[in-house]
Amino acid sequence: MSIFKQGLAALAAGAFSIALAQPAAAEPVKFDFWFGLSGDLARVVDTLCKNFNASQADYEVVCTSQGNYDATLQNTIAAFRAGKQPAVVQVYDVGTATMMLSGAYKPADKLMEENGYKIDYADYFPGIARYYATSKGEMLSFPFNSSTPLMYWNKDAFAKIGKTEAPKTWEDVGADLKALKDAGYECPMAINISANESWQLMEQFSALHNQPIATKNNGYDGLDARLEVNKTKFVQYVTDLKKWYDAGLIKIKSKDLGQDMVQSFATGTCQVIMTSVGDHGTVGKTQKEGMNWDVAELPVYAGTERKNSLVGGASLWVLSGKSDAEYKGAAAFLNFIHDPKTALFWSTNTGYIPVTKSGFEYMKSTGFYDKAPYKGRETAIASLTASEPTEITRGIRLGNFTQIRAEFGTQMQAIFANKVSVQEGLDTLVKNGDAILERFQQTYPGKTLP
Amino acid sequence: MEKRVTFSRWTIGILFAVPQLLLIFTFFYWPAGQAVYWSLTLQQPWGGGNIWVGLDNFRSILSNADYWNSISASLIFAGISTGLAMFIALVLAALTDRQLAGSRFYRVVLIWPYGIAAPALALAFRFILAPEAGFMAVVNQVWPGFWDPGLDGADAMASIIVAFSWKYVGYNFIFFLAAFQAIPRSLIEAAAMDGSGVIRRFWDIQFPLITPTIFFLLVINITESFQDSFGIVDIMTSGGPANATNLMVYKIYSDGFKGLDYSGAAAQSIILMLLIIVLTIFQFRFIERRVHYR
Repeated sequence: MSIFKQGLAALAAGAFSIALAQPAAAEPVKFDFWFGLSGDLARVVDTLCKNFNASQADYEVVCTSQGNYDATLQNTIAAFRAGKQPAVVQVYDVGTATMMLSGAYKPADKLMEENGYKIDYADYFPGIARYYATSKGEMLSFPFNSSTPLMYWNKDAFAKIGKTEAPKTWEDVGADLKALKDAGYECPMAINISANESWQLMEQFSALHNQPIATKNNGYDGLDARLEVNKTKFVQYVTDLKKWYDAGLIKIKSKDLGQDMVQSFATGTCQVIMTSVGDHGTVGKTQKEGMNWDVAELPVYAGTERKNSLVGGASLWVLSGKSDAEYKGAAAFLNFIHDPKTALFWSTNTGYIPVTKSGFEYMKSTGFYDKAPYKGRETAIASLTASEPTEITRGIRLGNFTQIRAEFGTQMQAIFANKVSVQEGLDTLVKNGDAILERFQQTYPGKTLP
Repeated sequence: MEKRVTFSRWTIGILFAVPQLLLIFTFFYWPAGQAVYWSLTLQQPWGGGNIWVGLDNFRSILSNADYWNSISASLIFAGISTGLAMFIALVLAALTDRQLAGSRFYRVVLIWPYGIAAPALALAFRFILAPEAGFMAVVNQVWPGFWDPGLDGADAMASIIVAFSWKYVGYNFIFFLAAFQAIPRSLIEAAAMDGSGVIRRFWDIQFPLITPTIFFLLVINITESFQDSFGIVDIMTSGGPANATNLMVYKIYSDGFKGLDYSGAAAQSIILMLLIIVLTIFQFRFIERRVHYR
């Protein structure tokens, strides 16, 4: 690794001296890219930016981490209001509706066309493209880091109860958890019930079962969409989770309590978790020595026709109000990220999945998915492409969805603490969520989603 | 006759005051005015425009049960943490003032917590109070399920109160100690010669003489517990579980910055400002009467 780093430093030094030798004339156009990843992932983004800068001499992208997704959006808004916005910004999945109504962006498809790049939009996995596209299918932003949830299961533990395969239905999950408990496992399954888990517990569950989260096709067809999770199959799901929790089959694990879900699985404490494919690498790196585990698609209830899961992650938006030269650079950058080779680099160094079919095919052809640490990640693609997206499994297009997720966390906590019944909690979630949606609609009078 | 410097022309006086006035205007009146304006409109987060809605924002906030829950959580937090922080600091300062063994050492050490940033100390307390891994894990071993801030709102409230009080004990301690040391030794020595014990001297001499400090700290602690609690809540509980620790200042942050509801957050901060003003007026009006300034 250090040789690699030294090589990079030498390369950078070389590039620097060349730049010095040829002043002014070849000065690259600089533009800003703000992103919300931190830690290891931020270092990978930095390398990606260096690679882009090294790949050509006309543009130079300046990449700045803003810490997390929320802060990135907040800082971008503040910068935009002050006229100092970056050219490209990474906005998380649930910020899509807010972005679409902001009037602060330059449509990505138009940008690419104007600058002479031909992008084959049909190459994107439909489950990913539809999430970020308008209701008419235009791509206003480019999918960047993408993931989907999987069920992680401990093979050793399941072997003890005579199972060699992960449960495929929730009915089986219930029976297996019971068997695991009887076999002496203290924590058969771990979940968490904060705002973040709205993703795997509510949003993905609803998509897999083709159940709506909100009316108007999850908000794609209008700002007057309202929640309806209190009368879908989701009610039964929460009831079952609560029942298993009460029976000690499910434990709540969170960082605040001492150990988060992923840690509890990696250390072998808990035998089943549901989390992003993005954690595949973390589990591999931090797992207990010799533990056998695998990933599977999230279960569905028996008799359900499985639909595609939803993509999670973020997309890249190009903001309005920049110069033509900067837009040229931004277009070149998006084109660079779209390249299958970049997809391989990106997926190898993070847990994220490729967003295009050609990227996926290219990675398969290099044997990426056959080798030990990455084996299993193709399950995520299988889950995302389980069906053609329906009107409901395209995604979720609701305003201020961050607050609705927070409300989800609040009500789940109330339900699990026995303060309210499952139905009461979900009714309150819908009531408070609708107030949030109503307020969002009032803030944008007369506007419609593109 | 006292000698006074006077300025013949009032313009000079104004000129001297201008820098200060400018600072106050830029950093207080202007943002506060902006907040008032925002609270009466619906702001689009990206600055695309706004609509005048009058008092609608206030109406919708005040008719929201979650908001009232947030107010009562804030009042409980303010009451208990102020009481705790002041009481412990008072006891510690009284003991330190008596020159017990090692009091020089305490004097320095007890001041430190105030120097620690709220998020850092919150992180420390999160580890200490974690039910599975921290100090409380030992307690949970003995009584399983005793401590569960992840689901039990009272436990979560207790942990932020402990963290906040721990920080303000240091702050209060400095002031109490200074107040105790300003009391003339001769008074206490005279009382001692008259045969009054430690407790008696405390209640009859020291306590009445430090009431101005107590009053000052009461006002500061209550005000700070409304404002300075943000970092602790954000790191330790994020307002949960089930909104049990969603204090007013944290709700402003989450609605405004996470939810991008700038108008609603502005209205909430106006209400918070009014509440603090009312509480402070109340304290000056009713409690200050019992304070004896020398």
